[in-house]
Amino acid sequence: MTFPFRFERRETLPAWALFATPVIAVALTLVLGAVLFAIVGAPPLEASADFVLSSFGSRFDFGELLMKALPLTIIAQGLAIGFRANVWNLGAEGQLIAGCILAALPALAFPQANTVFLFPFMVLLAVVGGMLWALPAAILRVRYNVNEIFVTLMLTSVAVQLLSYLVLGPLTDPNGNNTAHSAHFGGAALLSPIVSRTQITGFVFMGLVVTLLAWGFDRFTLASFKMRVGGLAPAAARYAGFSEKRSVAVALLVGGATSGLAGVGELASRLGQLESTLSPGYGFAAITVAFLGRLNPLAIPFSALLVAGLYLGGETVQLDYQISHTIGQLLQGALLVILLACDRLLLYRPTYRARQTQGKAAMELADHGAVS
Amino acid sequence: MTGTFIALLAATIPAAIPIIYVALGELVAERSGVLNLSVEGAMLAGALSAFAIAYDQGNFALAFLAGGCAGALVALLFAWLALGLHVNQVAAGLSVGLFAIGLAGFLGRPYVSLGITGLRPMDLGFVSDIPVLGPILFRQDVLVLPALAACIGIWFFLYRTRPGLALRAVGDAPDSAFALGYPVTAIRCAAVTFGGVMAGFGGAYMALVYTPIWVEGMTSGRGWIALALVVFGAWRPFRIVFGAFLFSGVTLFQFLAQGSGIVLPPQFFSSLPYLVAIVVLALISRDVSMLRRHAPAALGKTFIPRN
Repeated sequence: MTFPFRFERRETLPAWALFATPVIAVALTLVLGAVLFAIVGAPPLEASADFVLSSFGSRFDFGELLMKALPLTIIAQGLAIGFRANVWNLGAEGQLIAGCILAALPALAFPQANTVFLFPFMVLLAVVGGMLWALPAAILRVRYNVNEIFVTLMLTSVAVQLLSYLVLGPLTDPNGNNTAHSAHFGGAALLSPIVSRTQITGFVFMGLVVTLLAWGFDRFTLASFKMRVGGLAPAAARYAGFSEKRSVAVALLVGGATSGLAGVGELASRLGQLESTLSPGYGFAAITVAFLGRLNPLAIPFSALLVAGLYLGGETVQLDYQISHTIGQLLQGALLVILLACDRLLLYRPTYRARQTQGKAAMELADHGAVS
Repeated sequence: MTGTFIALLAATIPAAIPIIYVALGELVAERSGVLNLSVEGAMLAGALSAFAIAYDQGNFALAFLAGGCAGALVALLFAWLALGLHVNQVAAGLSVGLFAIGLAGFLGRPYVSLGITGLRPMDLGFVSDIPVLGPILFRQDVLVLPALAACIGIWFFLYRTRPGLALRAVGDAPDSAFALGYPVTAIRCAAVTFGGVMAGFGGAYMALVYTPIWVEGMTSGRGWIALALVVFGAWRPFRIVFGAFLFSGVTLFQFLAQGSGIVLPPQFFSSLPYLVAIVVLALISRDVSMLRRHAPAALGKTFIPRN
């Protein structure tokens, strides 16, 4: 009695896989979550339900989901542009911090300011700050051929230290007692909720704008085409005369710009001051978001919602079941691993053995025919 | 003053050893053409396993081996994705690393802030009492030895043995090696697993000797430093070890500076290793031809056997 199935490799992914794999991956991740809940002693089904429903329980919860997905979307759009060009900007977290620091300066210098221009100015500074923090990686890659993975990662650690120094030193709250945060921003630097009973601020429109810009850039510009070719076939790009240096520089600077932009959104919508922890790892989560969205600008907002849901779920089960808050990060990584695996596994389809042998026999006949 | 200086030099070694373990393991993996970015996760997994076993059982040898096993498991997951399923190596490494870091943080929750007595340095009799070299070289803990032995062993394996040559061939020209009949995927898998074991050992060393308390994320980026070290060492074992000592020397420089009364914020000293690493990488990578000479030619490229 032999096993009637064999696995045959397809040439390309079937059309339904594009939609099926994320769903399958999410389902498997939730199963893993349930298993982990059980391991630490929480009731698996209740905790899983709690986890999933935490994003939909109320208007407020959905608003939280949206506001968490917002920075993820913005950063991921920028990172995806880089990833498509095979430029690996892993330092979004540091670029976000740099953007926040620069944007906070006018807010802290002019706390009484009441002008409508303050916030746009902060946005500009944040974008510049993020780009400045990505600039060393760009320069080092272009001129000294240093892999940007290392530079961006190490600069992230430097940014964290710089922030720590600033909020404990020169920028610390003069009214606090050695607290690890700056003074609170004045009203002109903050955004207020636009939907009642939620924390959704006007910055959501920035998320839409960034997504549209990213989609437009990807679809219509020559620069994006050049960068894609550079990522897929660098030799061909060089032969065609596409400047690799320009592509790399653009990729890194765009990533830095969006990270800074996301940072100022967080500052104005949620934080209201400089703190030693400005983001719960959005810079790294955005990498997951970009991959989950298959580097497609239109899919990224949805994968951002998914990852934001994982964040929210993690926070909720932490409160309700005393599960370590790392569950969110863990499931994020698991989701990515499972998605990557599913994408490849669906390349193999099961076939009945009879069909296989027929094919083999036919091939043998053909071989013998050719030889004799 | 000289006493502090000697003590600092002696302290450089335990600081460098975790990175040496991880970097040497990654060296072997990269020499076979695989860029494994999940080593930070493997290191943390090894640290947790070693700490847990040492805390629960007290058997340090078992703990060290358990650390290696945990690192191997992480590497095997990466190998399944990158070598078995032909996922892009960077994406696979990042995702497995992220997952492993999260898993270690999650499973390590019960151990947070618990401590064990770390391994003591050995006293090798009169050799340890030589004025300057004694404390530096001969009064280290026993787990320093496998690291240094590994350095010599890996050098010998890569450059003086047939299997080592095969491994290097797989890293430089996998298609040619495959045509010659070498099992490229199997060799790469073995190399990656070895890398994972070494990364696990590095983490175990941290947990058992260097910082014998479980803190979430206790490896704090050392895995990434090790990856950079492989580049800095131009994919050669002895240079990597030298680079590790240099790097940990910079890390400990802050104590020397504080002792001499230089007043700079502590965050500056914490940033210094990373800044130095960037500068060093820039100096090394500047010579493109040198990089091309030493880097495994097929590093990071997915190999799909064509039957």
